[in-house]
Amino acid sequence: MFTEENLKKIEELKKRYPTTQALTLPVLWLAQEQFGCISEETMKYVATLLEVPLGHILGVVSFYTMFHQEPCGKHHVEVCTNISCMLRGSSRIVDHLEKKLGIKMGETSKDKQWTLSEVECMGSCGSAPMFAIGEEYYENLSTDKVDKILADLK
Amino acid sequence: MTVDPTEEHVIQWDKVILPDIPNLHTLDVYLANGGYKALKKALALKPDEVTDQVKKSNLRGRGGACFPTGLKWTFMPKQTSKPKYLCVNGDESEPGTFKDREIFERNPHLLIEGILIACYAMGIATAYLYIRGEYAKWARMVEKALADAYTNGFIGKNICGSGFSTDVYVHKGAGAYICGEESALMNSLEGQRGYPRVKPPFPAQNGVWGCPTTINNVETLANVPVIVEKGWEWYSKVGAAKHPGPILVGVSGHVNKPGVYEMPTGEPVLEIIYKYAGGIPGDKAIKAVIPGGSSTMILRGDQLEGVRMDAESLKAAGSAVGTAGMIVMDEDTDLIQVITRISKFYYHESCGQCTPCREGTGWLWKVLARFELGQAKNEDVDLLMDIADNIEGNTICALGDAAAWPVQSMIRRFRDEFEKRTIPEDRTKEAALA
Repeated sequence: MFTEENLKKIEELKKRYPTTQALTLPVLWLAQEQFGCISEETMKYVATLLEVPLGHILGVVSFYTMFHQEPCGKHHVEVCTNISCMLRGSSRIVDHLEKKLGIKMGETSKDKQWTLSEVECMGSCGSAPMFAIGEEYYENLSTDKVDKILADLK
Repeated sequence: MTVDPTEEHVIQWDKVILPDIPNLHTLDVYLANGGYKALKKALALKPDEVTDQVKKSNLRGRGGACFPTGLKWTFMPKQTSKPKYLCVNGDESEPGTFKDREIFERNPHLLIEGILIACYAMGIATAYLYIRGEYAKWARMVEKALADAYTNGFIGKNICGSGFSTDVYVHKGAGAYICGEESALMNSLEGQRGYPRVKPPFPAQNGVWGCPTTINNVETLANVPVIVEKGWEWYSKVGAAKHPGPILVGVSGHVNKPGVYEMPTGEPVLEIIYKYAGGIPGDKAIKAVIPGGSSTMILRGDQLEGVRMDAESLKAAGSAVGTAGMIVMDEDTDLIQVITRISKFYYHESCGQCTPCREGTGWLWKVLARFELGQAKNEDVDLLMDIADNIEGNTICALGDAAAWPVQSMIRRFRDEFEKRTIPEDRTKEAALA
């Protein structure tokens, strides 16, 4: 169930669009923020709430990279390896992170603290290499800087 | 090109899109620097007169296609029983592109002012600003600016007492490159998967929710208040005659000072690299440049002399201005690795509707990976070309073309790089046959 605050937000959102189906992405964002990921149960709930078929919700969730059906670690480290970052040494950052966190790309650590993912261009090309953790961008990375960021988050 | 690295920029340009004014993102500072004056000026004109000014200014879309903005606005029907919509494309996902982010962060009110003027010109009561999901932090910055603009009567009912009303909402994407394609963006806004639509019908007739819709890029709309404020005559004389105005060029890759630089269109590509972006680390030579985001055709370092950063000049050089996201590669760059990574990107981002793109992008990536591993056969170079040629022009949207062009241009301009990476025995066999 959504919190009262989120339900209020949804009511506000309804005024912005001519159809309730248009609320699919905004409501899924709220769901992911509140529940951590979008499980089948959550999808059913959202489908009922928006009065759209469950298949529609599953179709949307599975299409968009940023919606997760499985929970991520507490810190989700998303490393850009696209061209501008690659040219400025993102592979060094990836190697360092894998070694440091003891997990490979696409994995979550056993203690559920860290998830490591490769992502496509994040629009940080002028400050490459970079990774994002949650909404925060960490840019102009070096291995030393990575160590400091990880230590601060622990 | 010999360049003195201590030499300052030779171009005298008073920046208008991203001026160096501290705290310009706040409404107070924006107003103190003449903000929302263009909106008031526009509201005193007839809507058609505003469109006419934009048309005469020769502003061309900054999202990649360079379509004339004023002309696009005239496609919107004047008499219609349906509501009309403006979709602002802030999906900015083209690798090498990071300019709209600067507008969100440093000058969001200029964008908002541009949106409002566009809405007034086309008689639109609702605008949606589609921002990529990864830019959550920047979406918040824009929402703050929107809230301030609402509070001060620049958005909402009866704007500045003119009787004109419009609402502007932020809509966040969720990590799909394809949603930067205008019809996919509309589907995403409707709450669907980001599948591009077959055109016609065009958005101006049948857009979001079946209603007349115009889709403009963030940077394009940020140019609109400048046109209204300084006049179309002034604007049309800035930079390249056929593609005028200020442009935000993002320079990344092997340069000393990567970043977004505002300049008039038509600056020489080499000056952008050496004077704005500080040249190549270690004074290495330039091997290649991708001038306008990853889908534009790659140029050889030795063909850059005389090439300028505008639509016509880059077209003549065999590429495109695209999003003006310039990626520079020095002489030591492994171009096979570069093109393999680019192809992997398009494979990941193909929406899967059209067979040539869904299958072809995967094939391109897999064959290129063979080159990267040194396991490719000689005939694989032609195979790549064949796959790319069969994707190009055979898909609903331009993602297929965007996946094909980098591969085609890389083979045309750097064939030797591919031939060097085939299986050695295969190379000897070929030589013996010859």
